Amino acid sequence: MAETLTMTGEETAPAAAGLSAADRTAYVDYLLHLGDAGLILGHRLSEWCGHGPILEEDIALTNIALDLIGQARMLLTYAGRVEGAGRDEDALAYRRDVTDFRNPLICEQPNGDFAMTVARQFLVSAWAYELFSALERSADPDLAGIAAKSLKEVSYHRRHAGEWLIRLGDGTDESKRRAQDALDDLWIFTDELFEPEDADRPLIDAGLVVDPATLRAPWEAMVDRVLGEATLDKPEAEYPRRGGRRGAHSEYLGYILADLQFLQRAYPDARW
Amino acid sequence: MVSATQASPPQDREAVLTLLEEVTDPEIPVLTLGDLGVIRDAAVDPEGAVTVTITPTYSGCPAMTTMEIDIRDRLMRAGARAVTVKTVLSPAWTTDWMTPSGREKLEAYGIAPPVGKAGGRASLFGEDPTVRCPQCKSEETQKVSEFGSTACKAHYRCKSCGEPFDYFKCI
Repeated sequence: MAETLTMTGEETAPAAAGLSAADRTAYVDYLLHLGDAGLILGHRLSEWCGHGPILEEDIALTNIALDLIGQARMLLTYAGRVEGAGRDEDALAYRRDVTDFRNPLICEQPNGDFAMTVARQFLVSAWAYELFSALERSADPDLAGIAAKSLKEVSYHRRHAGEWLIRLGDGTDESKRRAQDALDDLWIFTDELFEPEDADRPLIDAGLVVDPATLRAPWEAMVDRVLGEATLDKPEAEYPRRGGRRGAHSEYLGYILADLQFLQRAYPDARW
Repeated sequence: MVSATQASPPQDREAVLTLLEEVTDPEIPVLTLGDLGVIRDAAVDPEGAVTVTITPTYSGCPAMTTMEIDIRDRLMRAGARAVTVKTVLSPAWTTDWMTPSGREKLEAYGIAPPVGKAGGRASLFGEDPTVRCPQCKSEETQKVSEFGSTACKAHYRCKSCGEPFDYFKCI
C-alpha cells in the first residue's frame, strides 16, 4: 500500500523503472485507455450542462462529468510520468489527435435522449466499477491509489444510472421503449470493454493491470440484475464494434476533439 | 531560535497546522480544512521552507485549487518564504476523517453530515441511510437526487418540515 501518491512533481514514476521499453509503451497505452475513457465520457456528459430534463439531473450529470474529468486528470498525469517524455495532462488531453486516443468507443457515442445517456452511463459505470475494484490491488501502488480514489466515485455513478435505468424501463410505455432502444443501440460496443490487447499480457502477468476478460462475469451479473428489475430485454450480441484501444474511432471523436481542443490548438499554451 | 517579530514564520509542523486552522473550505465556510480532513501533514525544513500535504475530497473537486491558494496565502502572510502544497491521493480521502466538531458545524450550517462509517461502497441495491433533517431534526426524510449542489453532496427533502437540504455523502 502506497503511503502517498504525489500528483505534483516532474519525476518519472517508480513503476516505470522496472519495465522494458516495450512494456513501458504498453503501460502508457493502458493508462491512456483509462484516462481517455474518463475524459471523453466526461466531455459527453458536460454537454448536458443547461440541457438536463430536470434541474436535479442537469446537476447530477455535470457532477459525474466533473468526477470523470478529475479521474482523467490523475490518469493522464500519471501516464505522462510513466512515459517520462515530459508530456503533462494538458499535452495529452489537448495535443493528441483522434488516432492517438485509446478510449472505448462507447464513451464517444452521442448523448441521444436521456435514456441513451443513462444506458451508456450504466454500462460504462458498471464496467469501471469492476475495473477499479480489480486495479485497487494493482502491483503498482500509484495506479492502485488512483483506482481506490476513483472507485468511491464510480460507485455513485453506477448507482445513479442503475436506479434511473430501472425507473425508465419499469416506467411508462414511452420510457421503456426509449430505454430498450438505447440498450439495443449501445450493446454492440460492450464486447470491446472486455477484450485484452496482446501488448497487455506482460503487464497482466506482472499484476500491474487487470485482464479485462475477467471483468465480464461480474459485469454481466450486475447488468442482468438491473435489466431484470427494469423489465428490459438483454440485447442479442451481434456485430460487435471494437478498435478504440488501437485508435480506430467512430466519426464522433473528431467532433468531440474539435470542441475540446479548439482553444489550445488556436492559442497554444494559453492559460487562465 | 528566532526572536519574536511582527510576523513570526512557522517553525515547525504544529505551528503550520495552527495557522491553517484559520483556512476554511471555500464552499462550506464553516468548516476548516482540518475539520474536513483535507490536510494530511505539514513540515518545515531547516531553511524555513514549508511543505503542506493535502488530499482531494473528490477527483474533480473545483474547490481544491482555491484551498491550495488559501493555504499558501495564510502561510505567506505569517512570514513563510517558501510554501509547497503537495497533493497526495493515497490513502484516498474519506468522510471518516471529518472531525466530530466539523460534523456539528456542518449540521448547524444546514448540511446533514455523513451518516455512519465509509466502510461499504455505495451498492446499487443497498438501502439509503437514515438522514436527519438539519433544520427540524426529523428522520422522516427522502432522497431527491444522488447528486446535490456539489459532487460531495446528495439532495434530500424533509417530509416533516418540507425543507430541501444537502446531505454530505459518506465515502
